[in-house]
Amino acid sequence: MTATEALIAPGGRALPSRRERHGPSLWFAAPALLLFLAFALIPLGGVVVLSFMEWDGLGTPSWTGLDNWGRVFADPVVMNAFWLTALLTVGSWLVQAPLSLLLGVFMAGRQRYRAVLSVLFFLPQLFSAAAIAIVFKSLLDPNFGIGQDLSFLDLDWLGRPDLALGVVLVVIAWSFIPFHSLLYQAGVRQIPPSLYEAATIDGAGRIAQFVHITLPQLKYTIITSSTLMIVGSLTYFDLVFVLTGGGPGYATRILPLDMYLRGFRSYDMGGASVVAVILVVVGLGIALSLNRLSGTGRMESQMEGA
Amino acid sequence: MSTSALNGRPNVIGGLLGWLWLTIVLLPIYFIVVTSLRPREDFYHERPLSLPSRPTLDAYATVIGNDFGRYIGNSLIVTVSTVAVTLLVALGAAFVVVRNRSRWSARVFRLFLLGIAIPIQATIIPVYYLIVQLGLYDTLWALVLPSIAFAIPLSVLILSNFLRDIPSELFESMTVDGAGELRILWSLVIPMTKPALVTVGVYNALSVWNGFLFPLVLTQSAETRVLPLSLWSYQGEFTMNVPAVLAAVVLSALPIFAAYIVGRRQLVSGLTAGFGK
Repeated sequence: MTATEALIAPGGRALPSRRERHGPSLWFAAPALLLFLAFALIPLGGVVVLSFMEWDGLGTPSWTGLDNWGRVFADPVVMNAFWLTALLTVGSWLVQAPLSLLLGVFMAGRQRYRAVLSVLFFLPQLFSAAAIAIVFKSLLDPNFGIGQDLSFLDLDWLGRPDLALGVVLVVIAWSFIPFHSLLYQAGVRQIPPSLYEAATIDGAGRIAQFVHITLPQLKYTIITSSTLMIVGSLTYFDLVFVLTGGGPGYATRILPLDMYLRGFRSYDMGGASVVAVILVVVGLGIALSLNRLSGTGRMESQMEGA
Repeated sequence: MSTSALNGRPNVIGGLLGWLWLTIVLLPIYFIVVTSLRPREDFYHERPLSLPSRPTLDAYATVIGNDFGRYIGNSLIVTVSTVAVTLLVALGAAFVVVRNRSRWSARVFRLFLLGIAIPIQATIIPVYYLIVQLGLYDTLWALVLPSIAFAIPLSVLILSNFLRDIPSELFESMTVDGAGELRILWSLVIPMTKPALVTVGVYNALSVWNGFLFPLVLTQSAETRVLPLSLWSYQGEFTMNVPAVLAAVVLSALPIFAAYIVGRRQLVSGLTAGFGK
């Protein structure tokens, strides 16, 4: 029986022997496929189409060819958004990766106090990005915020263009490190204890063990977590939107924010679609190259390691 | 296995880092709680990190008196229906991916894999167009349908990884006994994949419950407002009442906090679904 026949003649009357060979009818996958196509995959194609059209969000879209692309690439705001996104991506990784790794190793310890601390470390994860942004906005308020109590923090954090991006970076770290340290905790717990026992017998100290056993053994966790961090940096929207709205000025207007503001505030859906296409291409490119960097696919590698 | 347990010395640097991070984690949370318990007038002259001199639940009463119940209700409807439908259709798809031997099932699977890499943001403009064309703008359907679509890929991936571990013999013996595919799905697949269903359900529930972009773009009125968006609008509404805004933050996190206390293991495994393997 060919695949097309399977599609046309779903399960129903098939003989048991056939069913054994082919398993359930493809119709079981139809609802998922339909929903996924309609609201995820077709919109993904749609954004490419819309990037060649002019649309204000209300009327009917009309073709404009490459106009949007030319306009967007000539726009200094977009170039600035590119730069900020790159800065945020690199900065986030530099802050989050080492801290998550160290915290993950810490949380993997079996001491009682570490277990208790790990439970508390998870707390930021319980808040939505919108909630976190609102909290930090009032916490960093120059008049009524934490600066009133801790004078070394008494600055207009969100009002100064030179500080705002740094604040965004710290708030992102605060909300995402719990997740990444969990990945590392799981990774560390999978390292065979015999490796450490052998190293201890050989007289290796704690730092030597960390460098020569823990780090190499965590290779795939590092790649997975870094991929998520880097690709994630391209998609921070809600947190930055509520925290700074892209300001002051254009100081924190990263690409996803630029896309939203361009489309839904300036009613330039065509230009916004260009930015969206760039986001998809850059995101996929980074994910694929990191995957290649890791040699074989992530799934296989982890199974080999286990 | 921790290194310190092996070589006996306490790990001073590790401990220091742990306690320092705890301070960083708890400080903003402490700030939320004490501020939400402050009377509105006191917020402007009491020290931000001091305990409230006249603690009160006024801020909470203000929030609850301002339609908070409706927003929680909307969030519940959207989350529960998204998760229920996603689990149902993703399980069907995973069943096909693992048990159907035709070329098509492999193609379907690759299509879903592609979906994992699609950033939601990038498709928001066409999704908006589609929802407007369907006449669903500013309804809860506008949130449920795209949320399901974006939850499907990862759900199918995790469920099919799990389904693969069910021994073939179990399927075969049921087939020999004359069970149809629906029977097999109901009395073999669902019971065997229960832990994965919980994990996937929790993961999807968290991301829908906290989702901000779809509600921001696809709804407008207070009737369809969900929790994360309500926090944002409270912030605009109560510019002079910071304790109320932070009380809303506390209230919005309470359901998840309760879930964390009751089912920490499930919540954590749900959160790292598919990555923490």
